[in-house]
Amino acid sequence: MAHTVNRLSRFNMTALALGLAFLYLPIVILVIFSFNASRLVNVWGGWSLRWYIEFFNDRAMLEAAWMSLRVAAVSATFATLLGTLAAIGLARGERFAGRALFSGMLYSPLVMPEVISGLSLLLLFVALNAERGFWTVTIAHTTLTMCFVTVVVQSRLASLDRSLEEAAMDLGCNPVKAFLMVTLPLIIPAIVAGWMLAFTLSLDDVVIASFTTGPGSATLPIRIYSEVRLGVKPEINAICTLVIALIAMLIVAASFASKLSSSQGESAAPL
Amino acid sequence: MPLLRIEGVTKRFGNFTAVNQLSLDIRAGEFFALLGPSGCGKTTLLRMLAGFETPDEGRLLLAGRDIAQVMPHERPVNMMFQNYALFPHLSVRDNIAFGLRRAGMARGEIAARVAEMVALVKLEGMEKRKPDQLSGGQRQRVALARSLARRPQVLLLDEPLAALDKKLRESTQAELMELQRRLGMTFIIVTHDQEEAMTMASRIGVMDTGRLAQVATPRDLYEAPASRWVAEFVGDVNLFEGQVISREQGRLKVTTREAGIITVTEPRQPVTKEIVTVAIRPEKIKLSRRGLASSADALQAINRFEGEVAEINYLGGLTAYRIRLDNGAVVRSVMANTARLDVDGYGSSERVAAWFAPDDGVVLEQ
Repeated sequence: MAHTVNRLSRFNMTALALGLAFLYLPIVILVIFSFNASRLVNVWGGWSLRWYIEFFNDRAMLEAAWMSLRVAAVSATFATLLGTLAAIGLARGERFAGRALFSGMLYSPLVMPEVISGLSLLLLFVALNAERGFWTVTIAHTTLTMCFVTVVVQSRLASLDRSLEEAAMDLGCNPVKAFLMVTLPLIIPAIVAGWMLAFTLSLDDVVIASFTTGPGSATLPIRIYSEVRLGVKPEINAICTLVIALIAMLIVAASFASKLSSSQGESAAPL
Repeated sequence: MPLLRIEGVTKRFGNFTAVNQLSLDIRAGEFFALLGPSGCGKTTLLRMLAGFETPDEGRLLLAGRDIAQVMPHERPVNMMFQNYALFPHLSVRDNIAFGLRRAGMARGEIAARVAEMVALVKLEGMEKRKPDQLSGGQRQRVALARSLARRPQVLLLDEPLAALDKKLRESTQAELMELQRRLGMTFIIVTHDQEEAMTMASRIGVMDTGRLAQVATPRDLYEAPASRWVAEFVGDVNLFEGQVISREQGRLKVTTREAGIITVTEPRQPVTKEIVTVAIRPEKIKLSRRGLASSADALQAINRFEGEVAEINYLGGLTAYRIRLDNGAVVRSVMANTARLDVDGYGSSERVAAWFAPDDGVVLEQ
């Protein structure tokens, strides 16, 4: 019996290793080659930080990166605000007319092809005669990422016991205060996780950003994409490695936040 | 004037009427139990008292003031929730202090009251723990302390002991009663457990489909049920339906299909209907060996039926028998096992006589 388990687990180990390699080997290669001293992407010329230095001296690239970070931070913040409100409305609100339609529409960006969302937003901005740049990309990303925040926050709210709010009201809180004193501290981890999710989604979006951005305000993914079309420079590897590091940190942080959220209670908010 | 007067209260959810034209008075200092099967509306009534539901009709008068439309946080009433609803992000101390802080109490006063409550529910040393670091029984105590801390005029308890195991439930019942007596507070408890209601409450309101079927002391509820439904819901009962054929000297003779003619004492309220139901609790039906028909008790008994033992259930302190009477009816009888050795017990298929006194039958008209 124990033997079978052992053999099975060896098979599982191999499958796991191959699966992980399939997913992560390209990224590992990219990271290694970002430290390549050679000018050619596919020839190893020894370890070096040369391309990182190149990146930090590349004004256009830095501006694009700064643009991306700003767009991601601002759109994630808006998306979190709106998405949380939508989640509260859906999870806690009375059964208002059109609730099913509202929740369906809210989640449509999850399934809508990005090209279509991007194109429709472009048409909207053109029709409104809005100057395309930082704010148009930010608005577009807010609409894209809001539903992800709603999903995360709503599922947390759904798992929260409603009698907690009732208990708070019973003990002297009006409904708003009951929400602020009891519900909000318990869903904060989900809100934080939602923000980080929105941030990473905005950071790596090319399609919608390329529809809604204007001249002179390219985001980092757009910039990288246009560079790569002229041939891959090792500098791109360095940038990508930095982006991967940033996103990995955020994902780890987001999963920690949602783990805290589900094991409720640890997220002590002082009264 | 009672402390709480519920007057013609109705609550509907869509087409479903959860509470239907219900009126009830509860006196100050009472330990009142709302008892009923699930879906009878008892929890809805409690939630209306707490303010989480608004009655569609009727008034809720608390010390003379109609609170039907008052928001929960403005009522001098507190509730202990079935699942306790402790705030998971707050310590035991902060949970208990929550309501006091909202009331704008001074810091020192809050600390004193919390200490008093912690001592009351015997949770000393646990003040800094979070709810998930407590056992079920300890959580129940925190919930109790939290709901008592504001010294409400009425404490509502929604199935407060349902989540505890049997032993703990029994000791907690005793503690709750002791606490209620000591504080002199009015408790209204909702429960589906009749033993729990009987043990703790001074009066019980039995609810059925949104109405009160009977409001009585535990003893009256059991010994003088108002209807067939109450008799069957509270405890075990043998029911015989039949026609009244004579009434003489305070005795009523009822001819029943299952058990022939039964003689019972006529109730104080004169019986008006022709068709009635006679209810007899199983422990009131005594058994005798057929051969011992000379037994003085059995001879005096007017209601005496012959049959044989069909089923025996040994329950420790009691033994429950099912007796199949010769006319086909089955009656249940419960006898206390007063001796350790089973020398007097009845065997399966043994011929026995089942009998009961006229005083032990209850005449029910509905």
